[in-house]
Amino acid sequence: MKGKIVTGLLVMAALVALWQGAYHLAGERAYILPSPWLTLTALVERWDLIARHAWVTMVEILLGLGLGALLGGIAALVIALSPAARRTLLPLLVISQAVPVFAIAPLLVLWLGYGMSSKVAMAVLIIFFPVTAAFLDGLRRADSAWIDMAQSMDASPWAVLWRIRLPAALPALASGLRVATAVAPIGAIVGEWVGSSAGLGYLMLHANARMQVSLMFAALFVLALFSVSLYALVDRGLRAAMPWQRES
Amino acid sequence: MPRFDTPSTPTSGPLSDTAPPMGPAVHLRVDRLTYGGHDLFRDLDIDFPGGTWTCILGPSGVGKSTLLRLASGLDTGGEVGSATSATLTGGVPLAGHFAHMAQSDALLPWLSVLENCLIGHRLRGKVPGEAKDRALALLEDVGLITRAKDRPGALSGGMRQRVALVRTLVENRPVVLMDEPFSALDPPTRLRLGDLAARLLARRTVLLVTHDPLEALRLGHRVLVLGGRPARPGEAMAPEGPPPRAVDAPTVLAHHGPLLTRLSQALESEDEGRSGA
Repeated sequence: MKGKIVTGLLVMAALVALWQGAYHLAGERAYILPSPWLTLTALVERWDLIARHAWVTMVEILLGLGLGALLGGIAALVIALSPAARRTLLPLLVISQAVPVFAIAPLLVLWLGYGMSSKVAMAVLIIFFPVTAAFLDGLRRADSAWIDMAQSMDASPWAVLWRIRLPAALPALASGLRVATAVAPIGAIVGEWVGSSAGLGYLMLHANARMQVSLMFAALFVLALFSVSLYALVDRGLRAAMPWQRES
Repeated sequence: MPRFDTPSTPTSGPLSDTAPPMGPAVHLRVDRLTYGGHDLFRDLDIDFPGGTWTCILGPSGVGKSTLLRLASGLDTGGEVGSATSATLTGGVPLAGHFAHMAQSDALLPWLSVLENCLIGHRLRGKVPGEAKDRALALLEDVGLITRAKDRPGALSGGMRQRVALVRTLVENRPVVLMDEPFSALDPPTRLRLGDLAARLLARRTVLLVTHDPLEALRLGHRVLVLGGRPARPGEAMAPEGPPPRAVDAPTVLAHHGPLLTRLSQALESEDEGRSGA
């Protein structure tokens, strides 16, 4: 654990040093690439502003992740249980992924407004598919020896689903959730770029337009920090929920 | 419908005190099983005497495991004739009266050893209740009581198969179908588990599919060799004395040579059947 922290700190220090080096190499022009120190200054001085917008983005990401995971899980279950749903829903899902989210973003803003809902919808659209695909795969791949065992014990199809297929699919669902967690911020930020009145994406866009590049970097830093922390948290939670994954 | 479940009377003594009643005879009839136009079985009638172990040997691909899957009512991937049935004495269907044990221990990695032993009750939507005491007593008997709370991932192959044996016993069915349950284990472990199974499954009707002639001669009251195409059982061999027999018991040694001869004959007839088909 201690070694991990030391390694992490060393990597961080190296990154900051690289950043500082790049700043000098680029001719120390803060309006193109601010130094780490200038970014930190902006972060501290404009903390009120950044925190207000960060809050909005975090809520969008968390809501999108929760809703997307829920809907994705339900869709996978329905498809796994019903052949009719597999024939109709699965092609729809693939089509929904073939259209780039960037292309739908303006439409979503038009329909759902400048507020949070269009951003949450965007995040849900991005998250939905990896969760459904991974979970469905897991549900289909339960060990046939387990199913045989259950059948020879007179288990009902529901019992097989609930006691065997579902728990067997949890590791696959977890992989889907990890991917979803990693891409969730993309949905929220894209939504904010297309049309919004709050959020880190909005703040960055405006800071950029006003040549406040250090503010933009500060906002980016907060976004990255939140995304990485969220991923670490979800990853930890999933590991704790599935201790058998580490043993076998 | 007669039930063959044994009442598990709470006793303070070892489990052998609660000896189950003699298992019923099993009659397996397969009128036809075809794969892509080729018959694997045709007009097959086999009787398995009650309360005894019948070991089924035969070349790979002859249909040993498929025979057990037919008896279990599991999917075989082939076309099954409509008159195919597995019944007990008195024409009672085998379904609901047997427990199944396969080469794969099929332990669920997310459940503890004890929960795995009770999975049958859970799958049928029942509260384990007294089955839990039975499972604990059996785990004690097979030397795994200290691992009851561990997950299967932490156990060795031999331990896992012992848990699978306990799970089979907790089902407490009069007939037990075993499909090469010990073949993935190293020889000493296989011997120990064979002895354990023979002791714990005494008086039940057991159909054991194996590819190990020694195992068959040690554990079987009767040994059948399946061969030919469509496959049929040869005349049963009956080593003397109660199982489990010692590896070097005279009857085991005396039957070993003839059994191997029969197996190689079965393999030849299998080859002829294939080239003719």
